[in-house]
Amino acid sequence: MASPDLRVEPASTKVSRTILREHIVEIVSDSGEGAQKAGQSFGSVCAKMGNGVWTVEIIPADIQPPPRTKESVSGIRIRLGAGKITNMGDEADIVVAFNEIAPYARIEQDAYKKGTKMLIESMWANHSDPSVQQSYARAVEDYKARGFVVYEVPMEEECLKIVPDAKRGKNMWVLGLLTQLYNRSLEIAEEQVRMTFRKKSQSVIDINLKLLHGGYEWAGQNLDFLYDIPAVESGQDLVVMNGNEALSLGVLASGIEVCSMYPITPATSASHHLAECFEKAGGLVHQAEDEIAAIGFAIGCSYAGRPAVTITSGPGIALKTEFMGLAGMAEVPLVIIDVQRGGPSTGLPTKVEQSDLLAVLYGQPGDTTKIVLAPSSIEECFQFVVLARQIAEAFRTPVIILSDANLATGVQPFTRPKPKAEWLAPPVDLSPWKKDIRPYEWDEQTGLSKRPVPGQEGGMFTLTGLNHSEEGRVSYLGTVNQHGAKMRSRKLAAFGRTLKPPQVHGDESGDLLLVGWGSTRGAIEEAVDRARETGASVSSLHLHFLNPMEPGLKEIFARFKKVMTVEINYSDDWNDPLITRENRRYAQLAWVLRAQTLTDVDCFSNVLGQPLRPRQIFEMIQEELNLKNN
Amino acid sequence: MYGLKLDYCAIDVPDKYYTTSDYEKGTARWCPGCGDHSVLSAVQRLCQEKQLPPEKTVFVSGIGCSSRFPHYMKTYGFHGLHGRAFPVAEGVKFRRPDLDVFVVTGDGDCCSIGAGHWIHAIRYNLNITVLLFDNQIYGMTKKQTSPTSPIGTLSNTHPHGSVLPPINPIQTTLGVSNVSFVAQTADWMPGHLYATIKAAHEHQGFSFVKVMMRCPKFMQEQAKALVADREHITMLTHENGIQVDEATAALFMHKQDHDPTNIGKAREYSEDPNMYYLGLYYQDKTAPRYDLYGAHNLGFTAAQKLEAINAELDRFAV
Repeated sequence: MASPDLRVEPASTKVSRTILREHIVEIVSDSGEGAQKAGQSFGSVCAKMGNGVWTVEIIPADIQPPPRTKESVSGIRIRLGAGKITNMGDEADIVVAFNEIAPYARIEQDAYKKGTKMLIESMWANHSDPSVQQSYARAVEDYKARGFVVYEVPMEEECLKIVPDAKRGKNMWVLGLLTQLYNRSLEIAEEQVRMTFRKKSQSVIDINLKLLHGGYEWAGQNLDFLYDIPAVESGQDLVVMNGNEALSLGVLASGIEVCSMYPITPATSASHHLAECFEKAGGLVHQAEDEIAAIGFAIGCSYAGRPAVTITSGPGIALKTEFMGLAGMAEVPLVIIDVQRGGPSTGLPTKVEQSDLLAVLYGQPGDTTKIVLAPSSIEECFQFVVLARQIAEAFRTPVIILSDANLATGVQPFTRPKPKAEWLAPPVDLSPWKKDIRPYEWDEQTGLSKRPVPGQEGGMFTLTGLNHSEEGRVSYLGTVNQHGAKMRSRKLAAFGRTLKPPQVHGDESGDLLLVGWGSTRGAIEEAVDRARETGASVSSLHLHFLNPMEPGLKEIFARFKKVMTVEINYSDDWNDPLITRENRRYAQLAWVLRAQTLTDVDCFSNVLGQPLRPRQIFEMIQEELNLKNN
Repeated sequence: MYGLKLDYCAIDVPDKYYTTSDYEKGTARWCPGCGDHSVLSAVQRLCQEKQLPPEKTVFVSGIGCSSRFPHYMKTYGFHGLHGRAFPVAEGVKFRRPDLDVFVVTGDGDCCSIGAGHWIHAIRYNLNITVLLFDNQIYGMTKKQTSPTSPIGTLSNTHPHGSVLPPINPIQTTLGVSNVSFVAQTADWMPGHLYATIKAAHEHQGFSFVKVMMRCPKFMQEQAKALVADREHITMLTHENGIQVDEATAALFMHKQDHDPTNIGKAREYSEDPNMYYLGLYYQDKTAPRYDLYGAHNLGFTAAQKLEAINAELDRFAV
C-alpha cells in the first residue's frame, strides 16, 4: 500500500479520450537512463490489464558509445492492443525521447511516420552549451518538417520538483505519463513500481511512486490528446518474458540438466538466465572452451544418460557441424538451439535473420538425420524445448530448434504454463540391460532402437562414428552402411507420420498463399488479415516442423494460384541484373519447398536486419495480386 | 532379505569377481610390434586388479590408431571425433560421478587437432585418466608429420625432413594452470607402464600420462633406437612417485630422485633436451576439480524440480 501522503486525486483531464484498437509507443534515451525499465514496466501494466502486448528492446551495438549520439540510443518499443499482439508492428505512433538526437537512430530504421507524436525532453533548449541548444532547435524544426508532431515536455524540470537528481528518476515519471496517456490503472502501475524496486529500500520505492504520480498528473493537465485501449481480461494467469527466457524455462521444464554453451550473441542470454535458476532446479551451465567443445560435452552428458542442450547461433552451428553428424550417426539424443542472427560469417550479430535453415538441414557431410523445429511465438519457445527433449529421446536423434533474434528479444505475455512431472526427463536408468537386445537393434518399420546407457550392466558397447552394425561394431561393408542409413532415415519418416497437416490461415484456397516459418508468423498473419479485409484472396500457412515437414503441403499448395514464402534471408530479385528463371537464388524455405513439392514456389525475403513488418508484407501482397490482375 | 541389509555385513563379499577376459573384446587390429598392444594389456590388468565394474567404466577416444582402443575393451566406449575426446569425456563425467572415465588419445589427436581442448581439459581437472599414445607420427593416415615428430623427420608431408621443433607434451601440460598429475612412461617397459597407469588411475583429478610409443611401421628406426638407448633414459624415483618392482628398476641405467610436488624441477626435467625422464613429474592433490562442481547439485526429485520451475515462472507472472 502507498503511504497516505502519496495518494493523488484522480487527475482531471482537459480532453476526452480517443478509443483505440492498438498503438505503438517507443521510449528512446541514452543507455543508462532507464528507458527499457520504463517500457517493460508499462508493458507489464498493459498485460495485467488484459491487453495484448509485444515489446522489443532497442540495444546499442557498441559497449560504451558517447552520449547524445545515434550510436548510444537505447530504448524500447511497446506495441499494445485490445487483442493479442504477435509482432512489433509498423511505424510508431508515439515516441518519448530523452534527448533530441535519439530519434534519428530510429528514423534511419523507418520506425516513424508522418503524424507520429514525438514527446521530447525540453531541457536541452536551455542547456549551458549553446551548441546543444542549437542542436535541439535544429532537430525540433527538422522533426516538424518531416511531419512529426512535436511536443516539448519539461521532464527534467518536473522531476526536479520531486527528486534532486532527475537522471535516475525520469523513467518512472515517463511511466506515469504513459499511464495517464493510455488510461492505465494507476493502482496497477503503482504495484508495478513496487515490484520493480522490490529489492530497494522503502524510501526508493516512495520516491519512484512520487515520480510516477508526477508524470501521471502532468500528462492529465498538459496533454491535449489522451487515449484508451480497452482490453478483454482473459481471466487466465499470464507470464511475460522474452524468447530466450522462454527457451531457458523450457529447458528447466524439460528436465534437461546440462546446458553446454560458448558465449555468442544473440543466444547467450538464455544461458545467463539458466545459470541463475539451474542451481535450484538441479542443473548446471557448462561454459565450454569453444563451440565444438560445447556440443561435444553435451553429447557426452547425453550419452551418459543426462539430457543436455547446447545453445548457439549461426557461427556456432558451423563449428558444431561435425559433432551434429556424430550425434546423427551414433544416434545420441541431443537438443541443439540455434538463435539465428545475421550472417554469413560474423554478419549482423545483434540483428534478426532466418539464414541457418539450409545449413541446419544440409550442412553436415553425409546424410545426417535430425529433426528440426521452429517456434513462432514466445510461448512456443518454451513448449518446443520440452517437446524437443522428448522427441530426441524417443527417436534417439539430435533435434534442432531454430529461434532467432526477433524472438530472443521480443517480449509477449502468454498463458502461464503448468509444468508437469511427465515433462521431466526420467532419472538415469541403471537397471541391467537385457543381454539379447543389441545397441542398434533397429525396428524395420520405424528405425527405432533402444540405447544402453553407461551403468547398465550387460549393455556395454562402444559407440562409434564409424559405420556400424546393429551390434554397434565397426563395419566397412557397404550393405551395412546402406542399412544403417535406411534405418536412420526411416526414423524421420516414422516421426513425420505423427505430424498433422498445417492449418491454413484464411481461406483454404485462393489466389495467393504465403508460407512462413519461425518468428515471422505474427507479421505474416496480420498482413494477411489486413489484405483480406480489403478483399484480397490471400491466405497463409506457417510451418513449425522443417525436417521432416508437416504432411499435405503439395495438396494445399495446389489449391492456390500462387505460393510464395516470406522469410528473413537472402534471395535474388526478379529484376536484378543477370537474374533469370534458371539462376535465381531463392529464399531458403522456398528452395526446400520447390524440391519437396515440385510446386513453383516464389519468395519474398530480405536481409535488412529487421523483423518483417506487417506493412511490408501487406504491400507485397497488394503488388502480387495487382500484378496478377494486369 | 527379511530386513537383513548388506551394509550390516562385516566382510565385503563382492557379488562378482572379474577376470581379465571380462575386459577383453575382439582382436586388436594394430600392427604387430605396435606399442598400443602393451598399453591395452596393462589397462586390462588394471581393470582386473581394481575389479572395475565394466558397466561403470567408460573409455573415450578420438580418431587415430590409439583411438581404436575402446573397441578392444568390454566396457562402455565412445569412439568419437578426431581431437574431440576430451569434451566428450568431460560431459560423460560431469554429471555421472559413479563412472570411471578414461581418455585414450594420440599425438595428432591431442596435441594437434584437439590441442585447444587439451589445454582446457588440464585446467578443468575432472577426475579422469588420460593416456596419450605418443608415437611421434600419424599412423592411420600413413606417415604424416605429427606435432611431436622430431625435427628432420622424413614423412609424406615433409619428404625432405620436418622443419619445426616438436611440441613437448609434458612441458606443455606442466605449463597449464590447475595441472594436477603428469607422468611419462614407455610402452616397452611393461612394469613401469603398469605402475604409472595405476598411479594415474588412483589420482583424483586429471591424470595425464604420456606413453612413449613405438611405431614399427613408420618410425621403425627411431623405435629401435629408443628401445636400445638406455643412456638417455632416467627413472624418476620418490616415495610419493611411481613405485616399480626391482626387476623394472634394474632396467634403468640412471635414476633421479624427484619430489613430485616440485613443479620447478618437473619443468626442468621436461625441458632437458638430452634425457627422457620416466615417472611422476608432478602431482597436486589439492587442485580444484570441475567434476566435483558438476556433481554438486545432483539428484533433485521431480517435486523439487517442479517447485523450482514454478518459482521461476512466478518471477515472470503479471
